[in-house]
Amino acid sequence: MAKRPILGLFNDANAAADAGDGLKSAGVSEKDYDFLTDAPYPEGAFGEREEKHRLYIYPFVGAVLGLTSALLLTTMSQMAYPLVTGGKPIISLPPMAVISYEGTMLGAILFTVLGIIFESRLPNLKKGLYDTRITEGYIGVLVNAEETQHDRVADVLNQAGAVDVKRQS
Amino acid sequence: MQEGRPLSPTEINRDLLRSILDTPRWFWPVVGILATIVLAAAITIGIMINSGLGITGLNRPVVWGFFITNFVFWIGISHAGVMLSAILRLAKAEWRRPATRAAEVLTIFSLITALSMPIIHTGRPWRAIYWFFPYDFARGIWPNVRTPLVWDPSAIFTYLTSSTLFVLIALIPDFAVLRDHTTGLTHRIYSLLAMGWEGNPRQWKMQILSGVLLSALILPVFVSVHSIVSWDFGMAVAAKTWHSSIFAPYFVVGAVHSGVSAVVFVLIILRYIYGWQAYIRHEHVDALGRLLIVVATGWFYFFVMEVIFGIYGREADEIAVRELQFFIWPISGWTLVFVITTYFIPVALWLTKAARRNLWIMSLACISVNIGMWLERYIIIVPGLMNRGVFTFTWNDYVPRFPEMIIIAATFAFVSMLLLLFSRVFPLVPLYDIKEGEFLRTEVKIGRRVVPATFRED
Repeated sequence: MAKRPILGLFNDANAAADAGDGLKSAGVSEKDYDFLTDAPYPEGAFGEREEKHRLYIYPFVGAVLGLTSALLLTTMSQMAYPLVTGGKPIISLPPMAVISYEGTMLGAILFTVLGIIFESRLPNLKKGLYDTRITEGYIGVLVNAEETQHDRVADVLNQAGAVDVKRQS
Repeated sequence: MQEGRPLSPTEINRDLLRSILDTPRWFWPVVGILATIVLAAAITIGIMINSGLGITGLNRPVVWGFFITNFVFWIGISHAGVMLSAILRLAKAEWRRPATRAAEVLTIFSLITALSMPIIHTGRPWRAIYWFFPYDFARGIWPNVRTPLVWDPSAIFTYLTSSTLFVLIALIPDFAVLRDHTTGLTHRIYSLLAMGWEGNPRQWKMQILSGVLLSALILPVFVSVHSIVSWDFGMAVAAKTWHSSIFAPYFVVGAVHSGVSAVVFVLIILRYIYGWQAYIRHEHVDALGRLLIVVATGWFYFFVMEVIFGIYGREADEIAVRELQFFIWPISGWTLVFVITTYFIPVALWLTKAARRNLWIMSLACISVNIGMWLERYIIIVPGLMNRGVFTFTWNDYVPRFPEMIIIAATFAFVSMLLLLFSRVFPLVPLYDIKEGEFLRTEVKIGRRVVPATFRED
């Protein structure tokens, strides 16, 4: 049977953390529930699972691509218009360093931004269960559970002190 | 943040979204006035393009004047964003929270303004693209990568792109708040911008990491931009007196000085016009004032060193320029104004806590710094080109004319207008950052005293 979302709303961080503990005790997998907040709570505040990511790879990939593009651009520009200045070689390395540096940084930053968006799993086009009170300071505990388990999950959320429990209609 | 009363998320949303959800009555008339000034400048630029640069005060040998001075000035202002946002974020300075976005946005708008200055200065803006865009438009001519005038656009482009992305990434959670507080078309636009943000731990983790990672990546770009701007002078063959190896750090510190002062001024204005007394507090302005003492003194050290190293070799060109700067009226008068307004007046004021916590005094001190820093760039650029060399027929003065003045005035109107328009559609104080600061307000009992959990020296 397909899993459907159920959302518990809490106005207290301790109660939301208790709900997380309750869900764990009830046998709900850590992967099946999430805490939705309007601000970054300290990591592990709700006893949530540790999020794995590969964000640190992105800037390196971007930097390498940026550097390569900048080197190609500067080398090819100089070769395309071979202007001898002061008897120096056509491909003059010192000035290339500046543009290469900027290219490297630009590549690193662009890829970091792409990485942040991708690792945040954005854009999230699927319209899930949500409540606008979350951006008013409420904490949402979003549980994905089989419909047969919904009543049990709702009980756990209510027992922890949820002010509202919503199910997808 | 230990001063002020605790704020609930609802209060934070209501107060900080006020500029977006309720347009104040003065808003559109003020934007209209600013737009009129910008329009007047646009017409002037049109006339200038039609008639040529002859209608300005530019001449031979003074080929760089008000436009390039203003270019360096706005590049300087743009350094506030990264200085405040990145350095303070990496240093985990609590008091950065209300100031970061305004600083970053000021960076973007001042960079756009700065970039327009040399393009306007070329007189034939549509041809400027041939010089730096890496494409063979015609006749096999490619950009000359050996000149700082090509390095400069590459650095500014990198900085502008990075700063814009930095702001946009940090805006995503705030777009979600706006999505939840709007209806109709506005709601649909903010939903699109929020990209389905929910605020789960993974998204917040990425958001926090992005702040740290992008700060660390933008910092070297920030240093490079003003260094490269200084190399427009330091590596130019045209004016001998510009050859100074101290120019890069001198320009960078000067940029931070003027930029942070500008941010303080903008914050005070925002506090006043949007009633954000609970967010932009005296303690923030105080902390920025203390930071500015250090920055200003660092800048003053570089200024003195630049002059001493310049005259120590007793080269004829250098001595001639220093004579112009310090002894020949009216430039000597401007030099005096510049040194007093950039350093002596503001630092004397910032040394006292009472002055740092007085918003009027802080505003005046910050305006004073920026008057001085604008003059500093003028004092570097114009006398360097007015250099009284061996041949008297190369001597010429520079007197700015009306077109330059209206265009320069319009750049200030343009940045102010963009800031106001931005504040109308996006929050200028990051909501989630303020909310996070509220969590850290917790107090702990140590021995017999209850102290803030967040360490803050006083």
